[in-house]
Amino acid sequence: MLDTVTIVGASLAGFWAAETLRRDGFAGPIALIGEEPHAPYDRPPLSKKYLAGELDDDRLDLVPANQLDDLDLDLRLGCRATGLEVASRTLEVDGIAEPFDGLVLATGARCRTLPDTAGMDGVYTLRTRDDAAAIRDALAAGTRRLTVVGAGFIGAEVASTAIQRGVEVTMVEALDTPFGRALGTEMGAVVADVHRSHGVELRTGTGVDRVLGGDRVTGVRLTDGSTLDTDLLVVGIGVVPATDWMEGSGLILNDGVVCDATCLATDRVVAAGDVARWPNPRYEGLMRVEHWDNAVQQGVHAARRLLQTEQEATPFAPVPWFWSDQYDRKVQLAGRTHPDDDVQVAVGSTVEHRFAAFYGREGRFTAVLGMNRPRYVMQAKALLEQDASWDEAQALAADWN
Amino acid sequence: MRVIVDFDLCESNAVCMQIAPDIFEVRDDDFLYILEENPREDHRSTLQEAVQRCPKQAISLED
Repeated sequence: MLDTVTIVGASLAGFWAAETLRRDGFAGPIALIGEEPHAPYDRPPLSKKYLAGELDDDRLDLVPANQLDDLDLDLRLGCRATGLEVASRTLEVDGIAEPFDGLVLATGARCRTLPDTAGMDGVYTLRTRDDAAAIRDALAAGTRRLTVVGAGFIGAEVASTAIQRGVEVTMVEALDTPFGRALGTEMGAVVADVHRSHGVELRTGTGVDRVLGGDRVTGVRLTDGSTLDTDLLVVGIGVVPATDWMEGSGLILNDGVVCDATCLATDRVVAAGDVARWPNPRYEGLMRVEHWDNAVQQGVHAARRLLQTEQEATPFAPVPWFWSDQYDRKVQLAGRTHPDDDVQVAVGSTVEHRFAAFYGREGRFTAVLGMNRPRYVMQAKALLEQDASWDEAQALAADWN
Repeated sequence: MRVIVDFDLCESNAVCMQIAPDIFEVRDDDFLYILEENPREDHRSTLQEAVQRCPKQAISLED
């Protein structure tokens, strides 16, 4: 039985791990260590309403202050984990060693950046509340031209927010199809069409050669030789799991903390959220998921795992799901897509930007994508959770039409 | 127990509908409807999951 639990990472997964420990009756001390100075807050609004200046800081809080107090946590904000050794159960925080008993690793991920842009004004990634506040302020201070590097969902939401404020927006994507990595060619093109119809200029099949400017960004030279003038550059080219501080810890690090199917990394150590990589029994190979819902669910699952014996432990087997709000469209994807999946519109119309589409391969139903069709996406997601066949998915689509 | 949804926050992700279809329904108009505002006590743990997993944190329970 554990006497104390230390949670490293005070965002979504870490918070829900703490909440779950208390809910399940763990009465010992819980330390929640967060690198940022802010109490646990919600990240999805950062690229949406918060960026638009429509949401105050306190509306980002995951829970009201009194509910956080009720959890009776040793909340250590502005503290950074700097080292770990699992054999001796030693954690290092801001360079000072301390013992741990049970440990939850929930340090999330860091944004990839473009080379030679460190410290350059006007160049941002978007991960934290401070990042979002800086971009929000730059937009409010009269940015006229925004370049978004990477046609992924963060970039798409920033583009959507900025263009509604009258900013000229160009998105640059190295692949030929924007959003192709997540959605495949056909549906990636549909989302791209939504952006074009709102006035975003999309430059695909070209990367960034060099960011131009001295102390402050003035433009971007692309690999196709052209140059874009810009006042503001937002880089959304993915994240890397924040495991650098765990080098030499004795844990297996390979694009995340490698865990077993129950989220256990080693005895008394679990991982959850963007930083965790585990064999989801529903799919082949190891999986790492960077979505909001996964952070909540995996935080809960990992915390329970810490309190369970090996016999009691269960695998963590979710169907991944995320949503993205762009303009007046809600994009939702549940399941796991592959580049060569068959894609079929199950209900609605891609031209009208209101539909649900099914992905399938080898007779199996693999994913559902919706645009302003939440009811249908969630019905299809329930089917995905039953490992349904393509024929069963077809039967659901027939019900809808 | 009473189910309360802050409709200013709700963005109809329909997560609650999947977790508790007896209580929540997102209809074709994309709006959420509460089917049972005063559910029986045996719905509590399901509803707590809905509260937790609502992406907008728009659901709360009142005793």
